[in-house]
Amino acid sequence: MQFDIGIWIAALLTLGIISFLYKDNVIYKVSEAIFVGVSAGFWFISLFWDNIYRKFWVGVFPDPTSGKEPQYILFGGVLLGVLMLSRLFGNKAGWISRWPLAFIVGATAGLKMITFLASNAVAQINATVGNFVAAVAAPTFAGLVTASTVTIGTFCGLVYFFFSKEHKGWFGGLAQVGTWVLMITFGASFGYTVMSRMSLLLGRIDFLLSDWLHLIK
Amino acid sequence: MKKIVPVIVLALLFAIALFNDSALELSPTWSWVVTILLGLAMVVVLILSMTGKMIERRIVFLFVGISLVLPFFMNFTMPLNVSPVVQTLYDALNKLPKGSKVLASFDYDPPSAPELQPMADAFVKWAFRNDIKVIIVGLWPQGPLQANLSVEAAMADPEIAAKNPKYGVDYVNLGFQTGNEFVIQGMGTSFRAKFPTDLYNTPYDSIPLMRGVENFSNIDFVMNLSSGYPGTVEWVQIAVDRFGVPVGAGNTAVQAPQVYPYVESGQLTGLLGGMSGAAEFEKATGEAGQANTFLLSQSFAHLVVVGFILIGNVALFIGQNRRRAPLV
Repeated sequence: MQFDIGIWIAALLTLGIISFLYKDNVIYKVSEAIFVGVSAGFWFISLFWDNIYRKFWVGVFPDPTSGKEPQYILFGGVLLGVLMLSRLFGNKAGWISRWPLAFIVGATAGLKMITFLASNAVAQINATVGNFVAAVAAPTFAGLVTASTVTIGTFCGLVYFFFSKEHKGWFGGLAQVGTWVLMITFGASFGYTVMSRMSLLLGRIDFLLSDWLHLIK
Repeated sequence: MKKIVPVIVLALLFAIALFNDSALELSPTWSWVVTILLGLAMVVVLILSMTGKMIERRIVFLFVGISLVLPFFMNFTMPLNVSPVVQTLYDALNKLPKGSKVLASFDYDPPSAPELQPMADAFVKWAFRNDIKVIIVGLWPQGPLQANLSVEAAMADPEIAAKNPKYGVDYVNLGFQTGNEFVIQGMGTSFRAKFPTDLYNTPYDSIPLMRGVENFSNIDFVMNLSSGYPGTVEWVQIAVDRFGVPVGAGNTAVQAPQVYPYVESGQLTGLLGGMSGAAEFEKATGEAGQANTFLLSQSFAHLVVVGFILIGNVALFIGQNRRRAPLV
């Protein structure tokens, strides 16, 4: 007889969650509540120790034997974090939380703007145009079809999002092609998502069949 | 009756869990018989739906469930070709000379393990077998622990166990660091500043493998396994585009379409996308693992899903024609 309490709890909770496929029931609700509670607990502890303790506390009060200087600048981050909690005190003090939010939004935009411009705009445009030029310079049937499809698809997709001119006539035709390109893209993305969700289920089935039921090695 | 069935199923499962100790495997003949029976059952569903009988959604769930479970016991081998994006990654890894330092960033957690763990297992085994030094980091808290599972799996291989890769010399786990993409940015200047100790609190300077490793210029390749933010996108934007280090990646299927453009533009050196990417990587490296079994289950389930999409459409169009037909 084999009995591992941890595996049994995990297996029963897995079955509890899957039971929702039959119909909503108490066991599902209990399993769901445990899952949400454990996740929230894990993240709270993880964030507390990684951020407040390891980053702030150890940074401001370093071990004297380590020879590190205290980083008092970290108090600035703590102050912004505390200000964020002003929302808990209603409308009168809630406006204060906009200051740390403004700092986060501003800093993130500033730090990411150049990164996104370089990696997601310039490099992508360069690749799209570059591949097309290379395909025209050294033409092969497959190369031309691929490069043309990507270039025309990208251009038509952009036309679809151009709303300063009414989508009529030749311009509307380009926007229509853009719509098709977008639909194909979303379809591919959805297909991949289905594949991923199946994989998650496979992970649980593998656990049930191997660790719990010992039916596979 | 409806209430007794779940009780009987549960009792059966409990009995198997408590007393069973032998693996179940179907012979190739029985595997074909079961597959044909499943196909016939779907034809019955098709006929029922064509005759106007409503098929309950639970029937669809049941079929998908069966199609996912059965392949675990089947004795089928699935033909598999290594796609160019996977081959690109394998070729880039294979070009690395012995003793090269590869930074492996494990940016995922257990929910994504079914897709990413087989990639990690195959990569770690390949690295140990080919004398590649592996420096493990994580931008997700559970990532470095997932990496330890892969190291354990690799050590269970007799050939690798005989080589006896040493912690701190052949591989090291620097653990998790908060800060998302700013960790990558910081590593561009100093690894030591971002990871002052390893996962087990060993000081950076006491780790033999990390001697002489200051920043990305001392790293030959970055292997990123990612299931979201922070992950491959951030590694490309900062490590590749800012510091010029080559990065290859393994992603969950959900994330793969977002990352493919980076492969086309040459910013990313190869990509393993989802379960199929994992299975192809296993084939390329010769490290047969879980992904091949999982891919068979996934393919079976896809066939069933596609079958039900067809059944649904046939039932819809026949239903429409029936409604349009004049009453005699």
